[in-house]
Amino acid sequence: MDAYVHLVPWIIALPLVGFLLNGLFGLAFESYRDRKNLIGAIATSAVFFPFLIALYLFFAMSGDSEAASVSLFTWMQAGDFSVDIAYRLDQLSILMTLVVTGVGALIHLYSVGYMADDEGFWKFFAFMNLFIFAMLNLVLADNMLLLFLGWEGVGLCSYLLIGFWYTDMAKSDAAKKAFLYNRVGDFAFLIAMFLVFQITGSLRFQDILDSAYLFSTDQAFLVGALIFIGATGKSAQIPLFVWLPDAMAGPTSVSALIHAATMVTSGIYVISRLSPLYMMSPELMLIVAVIGALTALVAATIALTRYDIKAVLAYSTVSQLGFMFLALGSGAFVAAMFHVVTHAFFKACLFLGSGSVIHAMHHVEHKLHKTNPDVHFDPQDMRFMGGLRAYLPSTYKTFLIATIAIAGIPPLAGFFSKDEILVMTFNAGAGVYGSIYYVLWAMAMLTAFMTAFYMFRLTFGIFHGSFRLPKLIEGAKDSAKLLHESPWTMTSVLWGLAVLSVIGGFIGIPNFVVATFTGTADVNLLSNWLDKVTLDADLILSKQVEWMLLSGSVLVASLGIFVAYKKYGNQEPVAEDEAVAARFGPLYSLWNKKYLFDEMYEGGIVRPVVRFSDRVLAVFDIRAIDGFVNFIASFVRFFGHLARYLQTGMIQTYAYGMVIGVVLILYLLIIR
Amino acid sequence: MEFNILGIGVLTWLVFLPVLGMLLVLLIPGNNKNAIRWTALGITALQLVLAVIVTCLFDRSAAGVNDPQSFQFIEQFRWIAVESVPWIGKIEILYFLGIDGLSILMVLLTAIISVIGVISSWNIEKMVKGYFVLYLLLVTGMMGVFVALDFFLFFIFWEVMLLPMYFLIGIWGGPRREYAAIKFFIYTFFGGVLMLLVMLGLYFSVAYTNEAGEMVHTFNLLHMMNSANFVEGSIFYGLDTTWRYIAWVALFVSFAIKVPLFPFHTWLPDAHVEAPTPISVILAGVLLKLGTYGMLRILYPILPDGTVYFMYLMAFLGMISIIYGALCAMAQDDFKKLIAYSSISHMGIVMLGMASLTNQGTVGAVLQMFNHGTITAMLFLTVGVLYDRTHKRGLYDFGGIANQMPKYTGIAMVALFASLGLPGLSGFVSEFFSFLGAFDAFRWITIISVIGIVLTAAYVLWTIQRVFLGEGKEEHNSLADLTGRELVMFVPLLLIVIFLGVYPGPAIELMNTSISTLVEFVGLAGK
Repeated sequence: MDAYVHLVPWIIALPLVGFLLNGLFGLAFESYRDRKNLIGAIATSAVFFPFLIALYLFFAMSGDSEAASVSLFTWMQAGDFSVDIAYRLDQLSILMTLVVTGVGALIHLYSVGYMADDEGFWKFFAFMNLFIFAMLNLVLADNMLLLFLGWEGVGLCSYLLIGFWYTDMAKSDAAKKAFLYNRVGDFAFLIAMFLVFQITGSLRFQDILDSAYLFSTDQAFLVGALIFIGATGKSAQIPLFVWLPDAMAGPTSVSALIHAATMVTSGIYVISRLSPLYMMSPELMLIVAVIGALTALVAATIALTRYDIKAVLAYSTVSQLGFMFLALGSGAFVAAMFHVVTHAFFKACLFLGSGSVIHAMHHVEHKLHKTNPDVHFDPQDMRFMGGLRAYLPSTYKTFLIATIAIAGIPPLAGFFSKDEILVMTFNAGAGVYGSIYYVLWAMAMLTAFMTAFYMFRLTFGIFHGSFRLPKLIEGAKDSAKLLHESPWTMTSVLWGLAVLSVIGGFIGIPNFVVATFTGTADVNLLSNWLDKVTLDADLILSKQVEWMLLSGSVLVASLGIFVAYKKYGNQEPVAEDEAVAARFGPLYSLWNKKYLFDEMYEGGIVRPVVRFSDRVLAVFDIRAIDGFVNFIASFVRFFGHLARYLQTGMIQTYAYGMVIGVVLILYLLIIR
Repeated sequence: MEFNILGIGVLTWLVFLPVLGMLLVLLIPGNNKNAIRWTALGITALQLVLAVIVTCLFDRSAAGVNDPQSFQFIEQFRWIAVESVPWIGKIEILYFLGIDGLSILMVLLTAIISVIGVISSWNIEKMVKGYFVLYLLLVTGMMGVFVALDFFLFFIFWEVMLLPMYFLIGIWGGPRREYAAIKFFIYTFFGGVLMLLVMLGLYFSVAYTNEAGEMVHTFNLLHMMNSANFVEGSIFYGLDTTWRYIAWVALFVSFAIKVPLFPFHTWLPDAHVEAPTPISVILAGVLLKLGTYGMLRILYPILPDGTVYFMYLMAFLGMISIIYGALCAMAQDDFKKLIAYSSISHMGIVMLGMASLTNQGTVGAVLQMFNHGTITAMLFLTVGVLYDRTHKRGLYDFGGIANQMPKYTGIAMVALFASLGLPGLSGFVSEFFSFLGAFDAFRWITIISVIGIVLTAAYVLWTIQRVFLGEGKEEHNSLADLTGRELVMFVPLLLIVIFLGVYPGPAIELMNTSISTLVEFVGLAGK
């Protein structure tokens, strides 16, 4: 790959140029801010051209190519520690680059229409390009420290974009929360880097993997666990996942790009990158798998209860990320990356589709608001929707396709990747801690059922039945007329992603499916592609078992869709949800309250720390420490006061003193 | 390396140029305010030019530290020499200047911050003449401390700073300025007394044989670093003696007050809150570094046994400062006080890094001194800009400033994120190295300290939210964005912060050799 690696810095540089152009011109010249076509064109091409370069590199590579790296300059160097700004080109990094730039370019294009009326248009695209820049640093980094730069950089952009409409305090709260929860993960990641440097003397991935033998099992566990904690922050897993649902406060295209397709998968990426290290410790793998499965289930149950359409998608994202971690923990790194790719397609499609819906609903609210200032409703709440398929046909069709994909119906993208995860989890059942993996597999099957169920509940709630807004809000009688489909720049992106959601799965067709008909097969492109990079567990299941598992997962998904159709196909969601709530009782209210995670952190950690600093430490600082200092000062002053009585200024007193002194001296000299 | 202008060494020019400026300012009539300002600016700008030239000429491979041969731009002659005093013998006080990798960055930092300080002093209207006279005297004191290689001279410059600082806070400060000024004065003076005692003790303990073969007591720091020069039977003779430990603690306290380390820190928030903006900038940008610099220059190589013996204490105090400073910062409602406490937290990182006695840790510490200087200077300027416009400093007095002042907000965000340690900005590099080095030496102390980055993020983001985000207040609708003058003081610092975040190599190379020498020397001599 050495012949091509010099192109990599260009992939990184272009988004940075886009950021600088739009950011600096926008800041300096007010007239520039209105040239939205120019700004949009610059920003989109700053992502699209890197995509073309990446595509070129991809076709120049093969599964056997050796990894290559290019170093630009020494970044940080002191003593025997040295880290370069250097990029690594291998099968894994190019795959991630393609996803980031490909999906990124589409979302940029979509945003030109979506953000067209926003005052901060220039700022939005500057931040988006900065994000792509940081994300590319993350996936192409040759060492952990540069990865960390990207890691924090995407966190910064996520912060800036969640709080994009910063005049709303709730939105800036969400931004702050996202950054802080990620910082907790970063803390662990930093410690992991210190340890890795202590053990191997380098932070380069190549050196770490080459000297994996230097790690004892305990050290591998420790380092892996710390990196995993970092990943739970960035990739929104238990216990640090609570920021992601709030992060939906940002513009919807941000949610699609950052909080569904790219940034949140970086935890999965970094663990795949270090797969040999993780494979050293079965306990570590088990922890990763358990956290993944738990997160998947917990988030899915919360998603059942949401009315905010973006919140459903957010919890669904957390849940799907959980699936990916389950795959990692089962030693199926390829499957995890596979799901990263397909999930990027269908989840981006879903988010952008929801953006199109919100766009339309927002328009309605805006128009109604003009004639009647009392009309207020939440344009993201699906209780006010229903029947939208008649008004937003393209959005409906693409949304439905993506929903089928995520539900896991063959042959759409999500089916293959999710099935591979389920198979590999079952496969891990034969290994160490096998029985636990069987339980995890059962949990994952249950989650798969719920996924199909809540996703169709969402689709039916938005697009089927009749438009509910006129019934619920006075003065919105003819509001249906105000609904309109989004412009073609937006819908064409939806269609692009929908197509990818259909065909994306074919990069990872399981070998056994083809092998059943032809004897043997080697058709899994992705697994061949990543063969050199990741160290996967061996698949030991027989073809028959695999077929059974596959049928099982199709069955579960279909059942989920069927139940959802029966309940929500043409009915009001609220009444049906009440029926579900009644059946599950306290369990449902626990889901509805999101397992009280926020309350626990808020009440158990955040508020006590703030209160401690406010009421204890700050007071201690003033009263005790400064008080002690002032006490010393007043002590000195007190003695000064006493001494003051001696300095009366009267000659007689001084004369008395002298006489007494002289007598005393004489006494001492003569008598002693 | 030598560099003379008009027969006088460049370091003397660097140190005494402000005195020259002071004399010039004294000649200008007091009502001609602009002439005074421009003179001060011209002089400090000239000083900066000299500092930059020195940096460019600086030989990165020369170690310095304890080796007189490899110091650069040396100027040395006898200043005070008393031929014979009963009981003591010959007294020798040197005018001895020179720089090495430990001081070069500090010299540069002092010159940069001095210029920025003058620019931000432009709108001071009260007794302009007196203000700039004192200001320039202060600059001389600071620069002198960083280039002095004779303990007596060091001490004189150290005390020279005290007086102008006292008046600058006490006259041009806020409502409680007198309390703050006297607190600053007494605290530092107390430290000075401790330093004086140790200095005298060292003087009587150290003697070298001069060319004439006589035993001469000396204040020469480099002679004090050579353990062979300690006279047998003198108070600090030997290694790991009680007296040496006492001396170490006394000297440590005198420097720790300046840093300031917990629990000697309470003068700092008061001084910062009351001081006018440019003086806060100087205080945070340069003065705090004198403490840690003094430790590296004097405490470490002269009393290496104590340094090794007490390294856990230093690391522990560093850790407490990091966490304690961050938690206290979180509790503040006053923007300036918040930054003051955040300084305590960030200087704790310096302490932790250098306590590790590792290469990376010490490099990180010295770099953090420089970076904290530039970043915190920006933060205090940030507060100053708002204070100039609204005469308010409370965090809850603002909100939605981003609407009115986009350029200002952009710059302030960079400064705040640099202070939070965002990779790509300068603060990250030095914090990372400090922690990395410290992790080698004290694992658990470092792990606890790294929690500081979470707390820092908390108070920084909360500050951003309260000041810049949200709905704007009506009375702030007319706020103007940064003026040209304000941009001039922000942009250079901004560029430094970004440049050193992406490419810190040039700064690290300046000190690498000296720091490896120092670390090796202390490690060998102390163990």
